[in-house]
Amino acid sequence: MTNLSFDDALTRFEPTLGLEVHVELNTATKVFCACPTSFGSEPNTNVCPVCLGLPGSLPTLNEKAVESIIRIGLALNCQIAPWSRMARKNYFYPDMPKDFQISQYDEPICFDGYLDVLVPDQDGSTTVRIGIERVHLEEDTGKLTHAGGSTGRIHGADYSLVDYNRAGIPLVEIVTKVIDGTKHAAPLVAKAYVSALRDLVRNLGVSDVRMEEGSLRCDANLSLKPIGSETLGTRTETKNVNSLRSVERAVRSEMVRQAAVLDSGQKVRQETRHFQESDGSTSPGRSKEQAEEYRYFPEPDLLPIAPDAAWVAKLKSELPEAPAAKRERLQAAWGISDFEMISVINSGGIDLVEKTIAAGCDQAAARKWWMGELSRIANELDQELESLSISPKQVAEVESLIQSGTLNDKLARVVIAAVINGEGSPAEIVANQNLAVVSDDTALLAAIDVAITQSPDVVAKIKEGKLQAAGAVIGAVMKATKGQADAAKVRQLLFERLGVSE
Amino acid sequence: MSNLSRAELENLAKLARINLTDEELTIFGSQLGLILDSVAKVQEVVNDSIVPMSHALPMTNVFRPDVVGQSLSNSEALAAAPSTQDHRFKVPRILDEE
Ligand SMILES: [Zn+2]
Repeated sequence: MTNLSFDDALTRFEPTLGLEVHVELNTATKVFCACPTSFGSEPNTNVCPVCLGLPGSLPTLNEKAVESIIRIGLALNCQIAPWSRMARKNYFYPDMPKDFQISQYDEPICFDGYLDVLVPDQDGSTTVRIGIERVHLEEDTGKLTHAGGSTGRIHGADYSLVDYNRAGIPLVEIVTKVIDGTKHAAPLVAKAYVSALRDLVRNLGVSDVRMEEGSLRCDANLSLKPIGSETLGTRTETKNVNSLRSVERAVRSEMVRQAAVLDSGQKVRQETRHFQESDGSTSPGRSKEQAEEYRYFPEPDLLPIAPDAAWVAKLKSELPEAPAAKRERLQAAWGISDFEMISVINSGGIDLVEKTIAAGCDQAAARKWWMGELSRIANELDQELESLSISPKQVAEVESLIQSGTLNDKLARVVIAAVINGEGSPAEIVANQNLAVVSDDTALLAAIDVAITQSPDVVAKIKEGKLQAAGAVIGAVMKATKGQADAAKVRQLLFERLGVSE
Repeated sequence: MSNLSRAELENLAKLARINLTDEELTIFGSQLGLILDSVAKVQEVVNDSIVPMSHALPMTNVFRPDVVGQSLSNSEALAAAPSTQDHRFKVPRILDEE
Protein backbone atom coordinates (compact mmCIF):
# COMPACT_ATOMS: atom_id res chain seq x y z
CA MET A 1 0.00 0.00 0.00
CA THR A 2 1.25 3.47 -0.85
CA ASN A 3 2.51 5.72 1.89
CA LEU A 4 0.82 9.04 1.33
CA SER A 5 0.78 12.27 3.27
CA PHE A 6 -2.14 14.02 4.93
CA ASP A 7 -2.03 16.92 2.43
CA ASP A 8 -1.85 14.49 -0.48
CA ALA A 9 -4.94 12.64 0.78
CA LEU A 10 -6.87 15.91 0.90
CA THR A 11 -6.25 16.64 -2.78
CA ARG A 12 -8.67 13.80 -3.65
CA PHE A 13 -10.84 13.05 -0.61
CA GLU A 14 -12.93 14.92 1.93
CA PRO A 15 -13.66 13.62 5.43
CA THR A 16 -17.01 13.21 7.18
CA LEU A 17 -16.85 13.10 10.96
CA GLY A 18 -19.15 11.93 13.72
CA LEU A 19 -18.20 12.00 17.38
CA GLU A 20 -19.65 10.05 20.28
CA VAL A 21 -18.60 11.23 23.70
CA HIS A 22 -19.36 9.38 26.92
CA VAL A 23 -19.32 11.39 30.12
CA GLU A 24 -19.48 9.75 33.56
CA LEU A 25 -21.63 11.85 35.87
CA ASN A 26 -20.26 12.74 39.30
CA THR A 27 -23.38 11.80 41.24
CA ALA A 28 -22.71 10.32 44.68
CA THR A 29 -24.49 7.08 43.77
CA LYS A 30 -24.91 4.89 40.71
CA VAL A 31 -27.75 5.50 38.29
CA PHE A 32 -30.00 2.56 39.31
CA CYS A 33 -28.80 1.70 42.84
CA ALA A 34 -27.40 3.41 45.94
CA CYS A 35 -23.81 2.11 45.55
CA PRO A 36 -21.14 4.85 45.73
CA THR A 37 -19.37 5.93 42.53
CA SER A 38 -15.94 6.58 44.07
CA PHE A 39 -12.95 5.99 41.78
CA GLY A 40 -10.16 3.65 42.87
CA SER A 41 -12.03 1.54 45.46
CA GLU A 42 -11.04 -2.11 46.05
CA PRO A 43 -12.46 -4.32 43.26
CA ASN A 44 -16.10 -5.40 43.65
CA THR A 45 -16.80 -3.43 46.84
CA ASN A 46 -19.05 -0.72 45.33
CA VAL A 47 -21.56 -3.36 44.27
CA CYS A 48 -24.99 -4.61 45.36
CA PRO A 49 -27.65 -7.04 44.10
CA VAL A 50 -28.95 -4.43 41.61
CA CYS A 51 -25.67 -3.60 39.85
CA LEU A 52 -24.59 -7.26 40.02
CA GLY A 53 -27.83 -8.22 38.27
CA LEU A 54 -28.83 -10.72 40.97
CA PRO A 55 -32.28 -12.28 40.57
CA GLY A 56 -35.16 -10.37 42.12
CA SER A 57 -33.36 -7.01 42.29
CA LEU A 58 -35.01 -3.92 40.82
CA PRO A 59 -33.46 -0.67 39.51
CA THR A 60 -34.47 2.75 40.91
CA LEU A 61 -33.62 5.87 38.92
CA ASN A 62 -31.28 8.48 40.46
CA GLU A 63 -32.99 11.90 40.34
CA LYS A 64 -29.66 13.78 40.28
CA ALA A 65 -28.60 11.84 37.16
CA VAL A 66 -31.81 12.87 35.37
CA GLU A 67 -31.30 16.48 36.45
CA SER A 68 -27.66 16.40 35.28
CA ILE A 69 -28.45 15.10 31.80
CA ILE A 70 -31.21 17.69 31.35
CA ARG A 71 -28.72 20.41 32.31
CA ILE A 72 -26.21 19.05 29.77
CA GLY A 73 -28.94 18.97 27.12
CA LEU A 74 -30.00 22.53 27.86
CA ALA A 75 -26.40 23.78 27.75
CA LEU A 76 -26.11 22.09 24.34
CA ASN A 77 -29.21 23.95 23.10
CA CYS A 78 -31.17 20.69 22.88
CA GLN A 79 -34.89 20.01 23.04
CA ILE A 80 -35.87 18.15 26.20
CA ALA A 81 -38.25 15.28 25.48
CA PRO A 82 -41.51 15.76 27.43
CA TRP A 83 -41.74 11.96 27.71
CA SER A 84 -39.10 9.28 27.23
CA ARG A 85 -38.27 5.79 28.35
CA MET A 86 -35.22 3.79 29.30
CA ALA A 87 -34.58 0.71 27.14
CA ARG A 88 -32.81 -2.60 27.48
CA LYS A 89 -29.91 -3.22 25.13
CA ASN A 90 -29.43 -6.99 25.18
CA TYR A 91 -26.07 -8.64 24.68
CA PHE A 92 -24.07 -11.52 26.16
CA TYR A 93 -20.77 -10.04 27.29
CA PRO A 94 -19.41 -10.20 30.84
CA ASP A 95 -18.92 -6.44 31.28
CA MET A 96 -22.65 -6.28 32.15
CA PRO A 97 -23.74 -8.91 34.67
CA LYS A 98 -27.43 -8.67 33.71
CA ASP A 99 -26.64 -9.56 30.07
CA PHE A 100 -28.28 -6.28 29.14
CA GLN A 101 -27.41 -2.64 29.62
CA ILE A 102 -30.12 -0.18 30.61
CA SER A 103 -29.79 2.61 28.06
CA GLN A 104 -32.09 4.58 25.77
CA TYR A 105 -33.07 3.67 22.23
CA ASP A 106 -35.31 5.84 20.06
CA GLU A 107 -36.47 8.13 22.89
CA PRO A 108 -33.41 10.03 24.20
CA ILE A 109 -34.04 12.58 26.96
CA CYS A 110 -32.37 15.37 24.91
CA PHE A 111 -32.16 15.82 21.14
CA ASP A 112 -31.47 18.25 18.32
CA GLY A 113 -29.01 20.78 19.74
CA TYR A 114 -25.70 22.35 18.79
CA LEU A 115 -22.39 23.54 20.19
CA ASP A 116 -20.33 26.36 18.66
CA VAL A 117 -16.62 25.64 18.88
CA LEU A 118 -13.62 27.82 18.16
CA VAL A 119 -11.22 26.15 15.71
CA PRO A 120 -7.76 27.67 15.23
CA ASP A 121 -6.66 28.57 11.69
CA GLN A 122 -4.04 30.78 10.00
CA ASP A 123 -6.07 33.94 10.60
CA GLY A 124 -6.76 33.26 14.26
CA SER A 125 -9.90 31.21 14.58
CA THR A 126 -13.20 30.24 12.99
CA THR A 127 -16.38 29.31 14.80
CA VAL A 128 -17.76 25.94 13.67
CA ARG A 129 -21.28 24.92 14.68
CA ILE A 130 -21.43 21.22 15.58
CA GLY A 131 -24.94 19.76 15.48
CA ILE A 132 -25.97 17.51 18.39
CA GLU A 133 -28.13 14.56 17.36
CA ARG A 134 -29.00 13.23 20.78
CA VAL A 135 -27.96 13.05 24.43
CA HIS A 136 -29.07 9.97 26.32
CA LEU A 137 -28.65 8.34 29.72
CA GLU A 138 -27.27 4.86 30.31
CA GLU A 139 -25.21 2.86 32.78
CA ASP A 140 -21.46 2.31 32.54
CA THR A 141 -20.10 -1.23 32.24
CA GLY A 142 -17.73 -3.22 34.45
CA LYS A 143 -13.99 -3.29 33.89
CA LEU A 144 -12.45 -6.37 32.26
CA THR A 145 -8.84 -7.45 32.60
CA HIS A 146 -7.78 -10.05 30.03
CA ALA A 147 -5.29 -12.64 31.20
CA GLY A 148 -3.20 -15.36 29.61
CA GLY A 149 -3.10 -16.03 25.87
CA SER A 150 -0.28 -15.16 23.53
CA THR A 151 -0.94 -11.44 23.03
CA GLY A 152 -2.29 -10.18 26.36
CA ARG A 153 -5.27 -8.81 24.46
CA ILE A 154 -8.86 -9.97 24.43
CA HIS A 155 -8.23 -12.22 21.42
CA GLY A 156 -7.24 -15.63 22.66
CA ALA A 157 -7.04 -14.58 26.31
CA ASP A 158 -7.42 -17.68 28.47
CA TYR A 159 -9.84 -15.91 30.80
CA SER A 160 -10.90 -12.46 31.92
CA LEU A 161 -11.29 -10.92 35.38
CA VAL A 162 -14.22 -8.60 36.05
CA ASP A 163 -14.61 -5.72 38.49
CA TYR A 164 -18.18 -4.37 38.62
CA ASN A 165 -17.43 -1.20 40.65
CA ARG A 166 -17.89 0.87 37.48
CA ALA A 167 -20.99 -1.03 36.35
CA GLY A 168 -24.00 1.19 36.87
CA ILE A 169 -22.19 4.53 37.15
CA PRO A 170 -24.39 7.01 35.25
CA LEU A 171 -23.10 7.66 31.77
CA VAL A 172 -24.30 10.34 29.38
CA GLU A 173 -23.72 9.67 25.70
CA ILE A 174 -23.54 12.74 23.46
CA VAL A 175 -23.76 12.03 19.73
CA THR A 176 -23.07 14.66 17.06
CA LYS A 177 -24.88 14.97 13.77
CA VAL A 178 -22.77 14.31 10.67
CA ILE A 179 -19.95 16.89 10.54
CA ASP A 180 -19.21 17.71 6.92
CA GLY A 181 -17.10 20.23 5.04
CA THR A 182 -14.25 20.47 7.52
CA LYS A 183 -11.63 19.24 4.98
CA HIS A 184 -8.06 19.64 6.28
CA ALA A 185 -9.35 21.03 9.59
CA ALA A 186 -11.17 17.77 10.51
CA PRO A 187 -8.61 16.68 13.13
CA LEU A 188 -8.61 20.16 14.72
CA VAL A 189 -12.41 20.38 14.62
CA ALA A 190 -12.66 17.03 16.40
CA LYS A 191 -10.20 18.15 19.07
CA ALA A 192 -11.82 21.59 19.47
CA TYR A 193 -15.26 19.97 19.86
CA VAL A 194 -14.16 17.52 22.55
CA SER A 195 -12.28 20.29 24.32
CA ALA A 196 -15.30 22.65 24.19
CA LEU A 197 -17.63 19.87 25.34
CA ARG A 198 -15.30 19.05 28.22
CA ASP A 199 -15.25 22.73 29.29
CA LEU A 200 -19.04 22.93 29.01
CA VAL A 201 -19.64 19.82 31.12
CA ARG A 202 -17.04 20.81 33.71
CA ASN A 203 -18.57 24.27 33.87
CA LEU A 204 -21.92 22.64 34.73
CA GLY A 205 -20.22 20.75 37.55
CA VAL A 206 -21.89 17.45 36.60
CA SER A 207 -18.73 15.44 35.84
CA ASP A 208 -15.02 15.45 36.63
CA VAL A 209 -14.43 15.02 32.85
CA ARG A 210 -10.96 13.56 33.44
CA MET A 211 -9.97 11.88 30.19
CA GLU A 212 -7.03 10.06 31.80
CA GLU A 213 -9.37 8.49 34.40
CA GLY A 214 -11.93 7.63 31.75
CA SER A 215 -14.67 9.94 33.01
CA LEU A 216 -14.77 11.44 29.50
CA ARG A 217 -14.26 9.05 26.58
CA CYS A 218 -14.44 9.72 22.88
CA ASP A 219 -15.19 7.49 19.89
CA ALA A 220 -14.47 9.03 16.50
CA ASN A 221 -16.41 7.95 13.40
CA LEU A 222 -14.75 8.84 10.14
CA SER A 223 -15.33 8.23 6.46
CA LEU A 224 -13.82 9.63 3.28
CA LYS A 225 -15.52 10.38 0.00
CA PRO A 226 -14.06 11.61 -3.28
CA ILE A 227 -14.17 15.44 -3.40
CA GLY A 228 -17.56 16.56 -4.74
CA SER A 229 -19.23 13.18 -4.22
CA GLU A 230 -22.73 13.14 -2.68
CA THR A 231 -22.45 9.62 -1.31
CA LEU A 232 -20.85 9.04 2.11
CA GLY A 233 -18.00 6.55 2.23
CA THR A 234 -17.80 3.56 4.55
CA ARG A 235 -17.03 4.68 8.09
CA THR A 236 -14.87 3.27 10.83
CA GLU A 237 -15.30 3.88 14.54
CA THR A 238 -12.08 4.51 16.47
CA LYS A 239 -12.32 3.80 20.19
CA ASN A 240 -9.90 4.21 23.07
CA VAL A 241 -9.13 7.87 22.31
CA ASN A 242 -8.14 9.06 25.76
CA SER A 243 -6.76 12.59 25.47
CA LEU A 244 -7.44 15.75 23.49
CA ARG A 245 -4.18 15.28 21.63
CA SER A 246 -5.20 11.72 20.77
CA VAL A 247 -8.51 12.89 19.29
CA GLU A 248 -6.62 15.00 16.78
CA ARG A 249 -4.04 12.30 16.06
CA ALA A 250 -6.63 9.53 15.68
CA VAL A 251 -8.69 11.46 13.12
CA ARG A 252 -5.58 12.46 11.20
CA SER A 253 -4.09 8.97 11.02
CA GLU A 254 -7.44 7.38 10.12
CA MET A 255 -7.86 9.89 7.26
CA VAL A 256 -4.44 8.99 5.87
CA ARG A 257 -5.05 5.25 6.32
CA GLN A 258 -8.44 5.26 4.60
CA ALA A 259 -7.09 7.39 1.72
CA ALA A 260 -4.32 4.83 1.15
CA VAL A 261 -6.87 1.97 1.17
CA LEU A 262 -9.10 3.78 -1.35
CA ASP A 263 -6.09 4.77 -3.51
CA SER A 264 -5.08 1.14 -3.83
CA GLY A 265 -8.54 0.30 -5.19
CA GLN A 266 -9.67 -1.54 -2.06
CA LYS A 267 -12.71 -0.88 0.09
CA VAL A 268 -12.66 0.51 3.61
CA ARG A 269 -14.07 -2.11 5.99
CA GLN A 270 -16.80 -0.97 8.32
CA GLU A 271 -15.24 -1.84 11.66
CA THR A 272 -14.29 -0.77 15.14
CA ARG A 273 -10.66 0.32 15.40
CA HIS A 274 -8.50 0.95 18.43
CA PHE A 275 -6.27 3.98 18.84
CA GLN A 276 -2.65 3.22 19.78
CA GLU A 277 -1.26 5.93 22.06
CA SER A 278 2.31 4.84 21.32
CA ASP A 279 2.48 5.73 17.63
CA GLY A 280 -0.84 7.49 16.95
CA SER A 281 -2.08 4.80 14.56
CA THR A 282 -5.35 2.85 14.66
CA SER A 283 -5.65 -0.94 14.45
CA PRO A 284 -8.66 -3.23 13.86
CA GLY A 285 -10.66 -4.05 16.98
CA ARG A 286 -12.94 -7.02 17.51
CA SER A 287 -12.78 -8.98 14.28
CA LYS A 288 -16.14 -10.66 14.85
CA GLU A 289 -17.95 -7.33 14.65
CA GLN A 290 -21.28 -8.90 13.83
CA ALA A 291 -24.19 -6.84 12.58
CA GLU A 292 -25.21 -5.98 16.15
CA GLU A 293 -28.71 -7.02 17.06
CA TYR A 294 -29.40 -5.71 20.53
CA ARG A 295 -33.17 -6.46 20.62
CA TYR A 296 -33.91 -3.13 22.31
CA PHE A 297 -37.19 -2.94 24.17
CA PRO A 298 -38.64 -0.51 26.75
CA GLU A 299 -37.29 -1.20 30.24
CA PRO A 300 -40.28 -2.62 32.12
CA ASP A 301 -38.74 -2.05 35.57
CA LEU A 302 -38.39 1.75 35.19
CA LEU A 303 -41.28 4.12 34.62
CA PRO A 304 -41.17 6.75 31.86
CA ILE A 305 -39.38 10.05 32.45
CA ALA A 306 -41.62 13.06 31.87
CA PRO A 307 -39.79 16.20 33.00
CA ASP A 308 -42.19 18.89 34.09
CA ALA A 309 -41.91 22.04 31.91
CA ALA A 310 -41.54 24.20 35.02
CA TRP A 311 -38.67 22.03 36.28
CA VAL A 312 -36.89 22.27 32.90
CA ALA A 313 -37.42 26.06 32.83
CA LYS A 314 -35.98 26.34 36.33
CA LEU A 315 -32.91 24.26 35.41
CA LYS A 316 -32.45 26.43 32.30
CA SER A 317 -32.61 29.65 34.31
CA GLU A 318 -29.96 28.29 36.70
CA LEU A 319 -27.40 27.34 34.01
CA PRO A 320 -23.99 28.90 34.57
CA GLU A 321 -22.49 31.32 32.05
CA ALA A 322 -21.82 29.43 28.80
CA PRO A 323 -18.14 28.81 27.99
CA ALA A 324 -18.41 30.80 24.72
CA ALA A 325 -19.78 33.83 26.58
CA LYS A 326 -17.15 33.34 29.26
CA ARG A 327 -14.38 33.28 26.62
CA GLU A 328 -15.58 36.60 25.22
CA ARG A 329 -15.89 38.15 28.65
CA LEU A 330 -12.42 37.01 29.77
CA GLN A 331 -10.76 38.04 26.52
CA ALA A 332 -12.21 41.54 26.91
CA ALA A 333 -11.24 41.70 30.60
CA TRP A 334 -7.69 40.57 29.95
CA GLY A 335 -7.40 42.77 26.85
CA ILE A 336 -5.65 40.13 24.76
CA SER A 337 -5.75 39.29 21.04
CA ASP A 338 -7.70 36.44 19.38
CA PHE A 339 -4.43 34.66 18.83
CA GLU A 340 -3.41 34.88 22.49
CA MET A 341 -6.89 33.79 23.59
CA ILE A 342 -6.80 30.75 21.29
CA SER A 343 -3.53 29.64 22.78
CA VAL A 344 -5.04 29.85 26.27
CA ILE A 345 -8.09 27.83 25.16
CA ASN A 346 -6.05 25.23 23.30
CA SER A 347 -3.79 24.67 26.27
CA GLY A 348 -6.91 23.60 28.20
CA GLY A 349 -5.92 26.13 30.86
CA ILE A 350 -8.58 28.84 30.62
CA ASP A 351 -10.09 28.01 34.01
CA LEU A 352 -6.65 27.68 35.57
CA VAL A 353 -5.60 31.10 34.28
CA GLU A 354 -8.87 32.64 35.45
CA LYS A 355 -8.49 31.14 38.94
CA THR A 356 -4.84 32.24 39.12
CA ILE A 357 -5.88 35.81 38.34
CA ALA A 358 -8.70 35.55 40.87
CA ALA A 359 -6.04 34.54 43.43
CA GLY A 360 -4.37 37.91 42.90
CA CYS A 361 -1.97 37.26 40.02
CA ASP A 362 -1.46 39.70 37.16
CA GLN A 363 -3.16 38.43 33.94
CA ALA A 364 -0.02 38.47 31.79
CA ALA A 365 1.95 36.61 34.46
CA ALA A 366 -0.83 34.06 34.94
CA ARG A 367 -0.88 33.34 31.21
CA LYS A 368 2.91 33.29 31.06
CA TRP A 369 3.21 30.57 33.74
CA TRP A 370 0.40 28.33 32.47
CA MET A 371 1.16 28.67 28.75
CA GLY A 372 4.94 28.53 29.26
CA GLU A 373 6.71 26.67 32.03
CA LEU A 374 3.68 24.69 33.26
CA SER A 375 2.64 23.61 29.73
CA ARG A 376 6.23 22.51 29.15
CA ILE A 377 6.22 20.40 32.33
CA ALA A 378 2.77 18.95 31.49
CA ASN A 379 4.07 17.95 28.06
CA GLU A 380 7.15 16.39 29.56
CA LEU A 381 5.03 14.37 32.03
CA ASP A 382 2.49 13.57 29.28
CA GLN A 383 -0.31 15.02 31.43
CA GLU A 384 -3.06 17.56 30.94
CA LEU A 385 -2.40 20.96 32.53
CA GLU A 386 -5.22 20.55 35.03
CA SER A 387 -3.80 17.30 36.40
CA LEU A 388 -0.48 18.89 37.40
CA SER A 389 -0.13 18.89 41.18
CA ILE A 390 0.01 22.65 41.49
CA SER A 391 -3.03 24.83 42.16
CA PRO A 392 -3.82 28.24 40.62
CA LYS A 393 -3.47 29.66 44.13
CA GLN A 394 0.08 28.28 44.39
CA VAL A 395 1.00 29.74 41.00
CA ALA A 396 -0.31 33.12 42.17
CA GLU A 397 1.77 32.68 45.34
CA VAL A 398 4.94 32.05 43.30
CA GLU A 399 4.25 35.17 41.25
CA SER A 400 3.72 37.27 44.38
CA LEU A 401 7.07 35.99 45.71
CA ILE A 402 8.63 37.32 42.50
CA GLN A 403 6.88 40.66 42.88
CA SER A 404 8.09 41.02 46.47
CA GLY A 405 11.66 40.32 45.33
CA THR A 406 11.94 37.02 47.24
CA LEU A 407 12.30 35.01 44.02
CA ASN A 408 13.62 35.73 40.58
CA ASP A 409 12.37 33.99 37.44
CA LYS A 410 14.96 31.24 37.59
CA LEU A 411 14.32 30.39 41.26
CA ALA A 412 10.56 30.53 40.63
CA ARG A 413 10.96 27.68 38.14
CA VAL A 414 12.82 25.65 40.75
CA VAL A 415 10.02 26.31 43.26
CA ILE A 416 7.33 25.35 40.73
CA ALA A 417 9.10 22.08 39.95
CA ALA A 418 9.35 21.37 43.68
CA VAL A 419 5.63 22.09 44.27
CA ILE A 420 4.71 19.68 41.46
CA ASN A 421 7.10 17.20 42.99
CA GLY A 422 5.04 17.34 46.19
CA GLU A 423 7.70 19.07 48.32
CA GLY A 424 5.24 21.53 49.89
CA SER A 425 3.78 24.98 49.34
CA PRO A 426 5.86 27.67 47.57
CA ALA A 427 6.55 29.49 50.87
CA GLU A 428 7.59 26.24 52.61
CA ILE A 429 9.89 25.31 49.73
CA VAL A 430 11.54 28.74 49.71
CA ALA A 431 12.12 28.49 53.47
CA ASN A 432 13.19 24.82 53.64
CA GLN A 433 15.48 24.89 50.64
CA ASN A 434 16.86 28.35 51.30
CA LEU A 435 15.89 29.49 47.82
CA ALA A 436 15.15 33.17 48.41
CA VAL A 437 16.99 35.76 46.34
CA VAL A 438 19.96 37.06 48.36
CA SER A 439 18.87 40.56 49.28
CA ASP A 440 21.10 41.05 52.28
CA ASP A 441 23.68 43.48 50.90
CA THR A 442 26.42 42.37 53.32
CA ALA A 443 26.55 38.85 51.90
CA LEU A 444 26.34 40.20 48.37
CA LEU A 445 29.04 42.81 48.96
CA ALA A 446 31.33 40.13 50.36
CA ALA A 447 30.83 38.06 47.19
CA ILE A 448 31.46 41.16 45.05
CA ASP A 449 34.68 41.94 46.95
CA VAL A 450 35.92 38.39 46.35
CA ALA A 451 35.14 38.71 42.63
CA ILE A 452 36.92 42.07 42.45
CA THR A 453 40.13 40.69 43.95
CA GLN A 454 39.99 37.71 41.58
CA SER A 455 39.76 39.81 38.41
CA PRO A 456 42.06 42.84 38.72
CA ASP A 457 42.35 43.22 34.91
CA VAL A 458 38.61 43.43 34.43
CA VAL A 459 38.25 45.83 37.31
CA ALA A 460 40.86 48.10 35.73
CA LYS A 461 38.88 48.16 32.49
CA ILE A 462 35.65 49.02 34.29
CA LYS A 463 37.38 51.88 36.05
CA GLU A 464 38.55 53.14 32.64
CA GLY A 465 34.84 53.38 31.71
CA LYS A 466 34.52 50.11 29.77
CA LEU A 467 31.33 49.20 31.62
CA GLN A 468 30.48 46.31 29.30
CA ALA A 469 33.41 44.41 30.85
CA ALA A 470 31.41 44.23 34.11
CA GLY A 471 29.54 41.15 32.81
CA ALA A 472 32.42 38.85 33.77
CA VAL A 473 32.44 40.04 37.40
CA ILE A 474 28.66 39.99 37.69
CA GLY A 475 28.69 36.44 36.28
CA ALA A 476 31.22 35.36 38.89
CA VAL A 477 29.10 36.83 41.68
CA MET A 478 25.95 35.13 40.34
CA LYS A 479 27.83 31.84 40.21
CA ALA A 480 29.14 32.25 43.75
CA THR A 481 25.61 32.98 45.04
CA LYS A 482 24.12 30.03 43.05
CA GLY A 483 21.86 32.32 41.05
CA GLN A 484 20.10 33.60 44.13
CA ALA A 485 21.28 37.20 43.63
CA ASP A 486 19.45 39.75 41.54
CA ALA A 487 21.78 40.57 38.61
CA ALA A 488 20.67 44.21 38.39
CA LYS A 489 21.36 44.66 42.08
CA VAL A 490 24.85 43.12 41.73
CA ARG A 491 25.61 45.50 38.89
CA GLN A 492 24.52 48.51 40.93
CA LEU A 493 26.53 47.48 44.02
CA LEU A 494 29.61 46.67 41.93
CA PHE A 495 29.63 50.12 40.32
CA GLU A 496 29.10 51.78 43.72
CA ARG A 497 32.02 49.74 45.09
CA LEU A 498 34.29 50.79 42.22
CA GLY A 499 33.09 54.38 42.29
CA VAL A 500 31.95 54.47 38.66
CA SER A 501 28.57 55.60 37.44
CA GLU A 502 26.53 54.41 34.46
CA MET B 1 -48.45 -26.57 23.71
CA SER B 2 -45.42 -24.55 22.59
CA ASN B 3 -42.63 -26.17 20.66
CA LEU B 4 -39.77 -25.18 22.98
CA SER B 5 -37.45 -28.15 22.65
CA ARG B 6 -35.35 -29.68 25.39
CA ALA B 7 -32.19 -28.68 23.44
CA GLU B 8 -33.32 -25.03 23.16
CA LEU B 9 -34.04 -24.93 26.87
CA GLU B 10 -30.62 -26.40 27.70
CA ASN B 11 -28.93 -23.82 25.47
CA LEU B 12 -30.84 -20.93 27.11
CA ALA B 13 -29.79 -22.16 30.54
CA LYS B 14 -26.19 -22.37 29.36
CA LEU B 15 -26.22 -18.81 27.93
CA ALA B 16 -27.72 -17.50 31.16
CA ARG B 17 -25.16 -19.48 33.21
CA ILE B 18 -27.85 -21.29 35.21
CA ASN B 19 -27.18 -24.92 36.05
CA LEU B 20 -30.44 -26.88 35.90
CA THR B 21 -31.02 -30.51 36.85
CA ASP B 22 -33.03 -32.84 34.59
CA GLU B 23 -35.98 -32.50 36.92
CA GLU B 24 -35.76 -28.69 36.86
CA LEU B 25 -35.52 -28.68 33.06
CA THR B 26 -38.80 -30.60 32.93
CA ILE B 27 -40.57 -28.28 35.40
CA PHE B 28 -39.28 -25.01 33.89
CA GLY B 29 -39.81 -26.37 30.38
CA SER B 30 -43.52 -26.80 30.94
CA GLN B 31 -43.80 -23.43 32.76
CA LEU B 32 -41.96 -21.57 30.00
CA GLY B 33 -44.13 -23.38 27.47
CA LEU B 34 -47.23 -22.04 29.21
CA ILE B 35 -45.84 -18.50 29.09
CA LEU B 36 -45.00 -18.79 25.38
CA ASP B 37 -48.52 -20.10 24.68
CA SER B 38 -50.03 -17.16 26.54
CA VAL B 39 -47.89 -14.66 24.62
CA ALA B 40 -48.94 -16.35 21.38
CA LYS B 41 -52.59 -15.92 22.39
CA VAL B 42 -52.01 -12.18 23.05
CA GLN B 43 -50.30 -11.84 19.68
CA GLU B 44 -53.43 -13.16 17.97
CA VAL B 45 -55.42 -10.10 19.06
CA VAL B 46 -52.72 -7.48 18.25
CA ASN B 47 -53.69 -5.14 15.44
CA ASP B 48 -52.97 -1.56 14.38
CA SER B 49 -55.73 -0.13 16.54
CA ILE B 50 -54.06 -1.28 19.76
CA VAL B 51 -51.38 1.06 21.13
CA PRO B 52 -48.37 -0.86 22.47
CA MET B 53 -48.02 -0.57 26.24
CA SER B 54 -44.73 -0.88 28.09
CA HIS B 55 -45.89 -0.26 31.65
CA ALA B 56 -48.96 -1.42 33.52
CA LEU B 57 -49.05 1.60 35.85
CA PRO B 58 -49.90 5.09 34.54
CA MET B 59 -47.04 6.69 36.49
CA THR B 60 -43.97 8.73 35.51
CA ASN B 61 -40.92 10.27 37.22
CA VAL B 62 -40.37 7.77 39.98
CA PHE B 63 -36.96 8.83 41.25
CA ARG B 64 -34.59 7.96 44.07
CA PRO B 65 -32.62 10.68 45.91
CA ASP B 66 -28.85 10.60 45.31
CA VAL B 67 -27.90 9.26 48.74
CA VAL B 68 -25.32 6.49 49.27
CA GLY B 69 -26.68 3.28 50.74
CA GLN B 70 -25.28 -0.09 51.74
CA SER B 71 -23.12 -2.05 49.27
CA LEU B 72 -22.01 -5.67 49.62
CA SER B 73 -18.61 -6.68 50.93
CA ASN B 74 -16.23 -8.23 48.40
CA SER B 75 -16.75 -11.73 49.79
CA GLU B 76 -20.55 -11.31 49.75
CA ALA B 77 -20.38 -10.04 46.17
CA LEU B 78 -18.29 -13.01 45.03
CA ALA B 79 -20.13 -15.62 47.13
CA ALA B 80 -22.17 -17.05 44.26
CA ALA B 81 -19.49 -16.76 41.56
CA PRO B 82 -18.42 -20.08 40.01
CA SER B 83 -14.82 -18.84 39.82
CA THR B 84 -12.86 -15.87 41.21
CA GLN B 85 -9.33 -14.50 41.25
CA ASP B 86 -7.79 -11.35 42.81
CA HIS B 87 -11.17 -10.27 44.28
CA ARG B 88 -12.67 -10.33 40.79
CA PHE B 89 -15.10 -12.54 38.91
CA LYS B 90 -13.21 -14.95 36.67
CA VAL B 91 -14.97 -15.56 33.35
CA PRO B 92 -14.13 -17.90 30.45
CA ARG B 93 -12.34 -16.70 27.34
CA ILE B 94 -14.42 -14.21 25.38
CA LEU B 95 -12.98 -14.30 21.84
CA ASP B 96 -10.79 -16.87 20.10
CA GLU B 97 -7.32 -16.07 18.81
CA GLU B 98 -7.51 -13.93 15.64
ZN1 LIG C 1 -25.22 -1.32 43.29
